[in-house]
Amino acid sequence: MKLQETLEKNQLLDFYRQMFLIRRFEEMSAEQYTLGNIRGFLHLYIGEEAIAVGAINSLLPQDYVVTHYRDHGHALAKGMDPNAVMAELFGKSTGCSKGKGGSMHLFDAEKRFMGGYAIVGGQLPLAVGLALASKYKKEDSLVMCFLGDGAINEGEFHESLNLASLWKLPVIFFVENNLYGMGAAVDQTLVFHDEIYKFARAYKMPTARVDGMDVMKVMEATKKAVESVRGGGGPYLIEAMAYRFRGHSMADPIEYRAKAEEERWKKKDPIVTFNKRFVSEKVATKKELDQLEKEIEEIVENAVKFADESPFPEPDALYEDVYGSK
Amino acid sequence: MAQITFREAISRALREAMQDERVFIMGQDIGSYGGAYAVTKGFLAEYGPERIRETPIAESVISGAGAGAAIAGLRPIVELMTINFSFLAMDQIINHAAKVRYMSGGQLTCPLIVRTVTGGGASVGATHSQSLEGWFASVPGLRVAVPSTPYDALGLFRSSLQQEDPVIFVEHALLYSSRGEVPDEPYVVPFGKADIKRIGTDVTIVAYARMAMVAMRAAEELESRGISAEVVDLQTLSPLDGDTVAASVQKTNHAVVVEETWYTGGFGATVVGLIQERVFDYLNAPVARVAGVEVPMPYSRHLEQASIPDESRIIQAVESTLGR
Repeated sequence: MKLQETLEKNQLLDFYRQMFLIRRFEEMSAEQYTLGNIRGFLHLYIGEEAIAVGAINSLLPQDYVVTHYRDHGHALAKGMDPNAVMAELFGKSTGCSKGKGGSMHLFDAEKRFMGGYAIVGGQLPLAVGLALASKYKKEDSLVMCFLGDGAINEGEFHESLNLASLWKLPVIFFVENNLYGMGAAVDQTLVFHDEIYKFARAYKMPTARVDGMDVMKVMEATKKAVESVRGGGGPYLIEAMAYRFRGHSMADPIEYRAKAEEERWKKKDPIVTFNKRFVSEKVATKKELDQLEKEIEEIVENAVKFADESPFPEPDALYEDVYGSK
Repeated sequence: MAQITFREAISRALREAMQDERVFIMGQDIGSYGGAYAVTKGFLAEYGPERIRETPIAESVISGAGAGAAIAGLRPIVELMTINFSFLAMDQIINHAAKVRYMSGGQLTCPLIVRTVTGGGASVGATHSQSLEGWFASVPGLRVAVPSTPYDALGLFRSSLQQEDPVIFVEHALLYSSRGEVPDEPYVVPFGKADIKRIGTDVTIVAYARMAMVAMRAAEELESRGISAEVVDLQTLSPLDGDTVAASVQKTNHAVVVEETWYTGGFGATVVGLIQERVFDYLNAPVARVAGVEVPMPYSRHLEQASIPDESRIIQAVESTLGR
C-alpha cells in the first residue's frame, strides 16, 4: 500500500520529522557524551526509531507510556520537550527531572510519559498498576509498556502478563526485540526466542509480530491493538523485530555481533527507507525533506545550547523530593 | 473506651480507609479466605471484588501494580502475607516505589501502603520468622511504621493514610491477639513520633513492635528490683524520632536498645549511633544492645525461644549497664 493511501501528507511528514529528531538527538547525545557533557550510562535508540514513532502516534494524549532505560526515543515521540530531555542528560536543573534522574529515568507526568525504568522488567508491574487505575477510575486511557527481549527472562514479565490478562486491563506490552540483551544474543538466553510474541498465548492474550524497521507497519499493528484494548478486550502484546545500530551503551565496543549482520540490518534503516519512499512515491520532494531536516538540526542544536547554558542544581536540591510528607 | 485486639484495630483502620473511594486492597488470600491473619475477614462480601482484589502468588506484580496505581492517583493498600515474602517484591518497592518521586524531580508521587507481617515465635522456621523492617527503613523514600498496641496500630494506620509516600506498615505476628484500649472518638498517632510507654529515671530502653511490649514487662520486673526504667517505643523507624530518644537518655544517662532481628546490621545500631552522636556526654555507661541470636530461626520450640530476646535478657542488659 502506498503511503498516502494510509495517511495524509502532513501526518507522514510528521512521522519523518519525529524519527529524524530522535536520530539526530541520539547522535548529538553521543557527541556530547564523548565531550564529557553527559555522564554515566547512555543507551542510544538509533535504528529503532520506527517503533517509538509508529506505536506512540497511535495513542491518544491521555494514554500512558512507560518504558525501559533506552528511553529517549519514546520520550520524544510522546511529545517531551527536547530541551528538557537534553538538559536532563547534562544533569542540569532545567532537566525534566531537575537533573535527578538522568538518561535512564526520564519523566513527564503532564504528557503521561510515566518513566524510563532501568531495572530490566521492572516497568511491567507498574504498567499493570497504571492500567488497573485507569480501569478502576473508568478512564478512557490505556497503557503502552515497552520492553526489550531481555525482559522476557524476568519473572516480572510473566507475573505482569498473567495479572493483566486475569483482570482484563487496558495495557499493550510492546516488545522491542533487537536480538541482544546487552551482549548476549537472544538465542543464547531464551529457549523460545524465535517467536517471542507467542508467549502472550500462554496468557490468553491477543498478539502480533511486526517489522520494527517500518514505521507504517508498526503503526498499523498498533492501531489494531489499540482498538482491541480500548474496546475492552484486555491486554495485547506486540513484538517488533528491530536492531540497535549502536552498542548497548556508549561503553560497548560491540565485539559480539558479526559485521555482516550489522550491514544487513543497516540496509533496512527505518529513516533512509522512509525517505526513499517519500521521494519514489512523490509524497515530498527532496528539497522539502532537506528543509525539514534542517529544522530538526536547529532543534537539536538549540537543545544542546539550552542544556549547556542551564545551571546545575543548587546544593539544596540534593535533599528535595525524597519525601512528599514531612 | 473498648478493649479490642490488635487484629480488630487493623480491621477497623482498613474499614475506615475504605470510606475513601480511591482506596482498594489487594493481596493473596485476602478475599474468600479472609486474610492469612484474618484481618480482612468479611471484607469481600462487604466491599466486593473490585475493591478487595484477590491476587495470584506474585509478590512483585502485586507490589508494583500497587505502586503504579498509586502513581495514577489511587490509594492502594497492598498486603504481603509476610515480610519474608517481600524479598520477591524488592525490585518494585526499593527500585521503583521508593524512588519515583526523586527520580522524576517531584513529578510523580507514590502513596502506597504495603501491609506486612514480621517477627518470629510462631514455630514456622527460618524462612517465615524474620524481622526485616529495618532494611526498609534504610531506604530513602520509604516510610516504615511498627506499632506495638491496638491503640497505636489504629492511630498509626490513620496517619499512614495521610502520607504522600510509600509506607511499609509492619504488624508483628504475635501481637494480633493482644488486647488494648482504643477510644471510640477519632484520634491519630502522629507519624514519626516515638512514644514514651513508661516513664523512668534510671535507664532508657528503646524498642518497637513486640519488643516494646517485652520491654514493658521487663521494666515491671526491674521496678520490683528497685530500677526505674523508661521505655521508648519508636513507633516508626522512618522517620526515626531521634529527639525523643536523645532527650530520654539525657535524663537517664543509660540506654539499652532492643530488637528482635540480628545484631549485625540491625536497626538498633542506628539508634546507638544517634545516641552516641547526640548525648555521648550524658552517658554513664556504654549503650547496650539486645538482639536476636545470629542464626537462622530454628523450628524446635525451645531453640526458637532461645534465639529471640526476652524479658530476662533485657533485665540482664539493664543491670549490667547500671553496674549491678
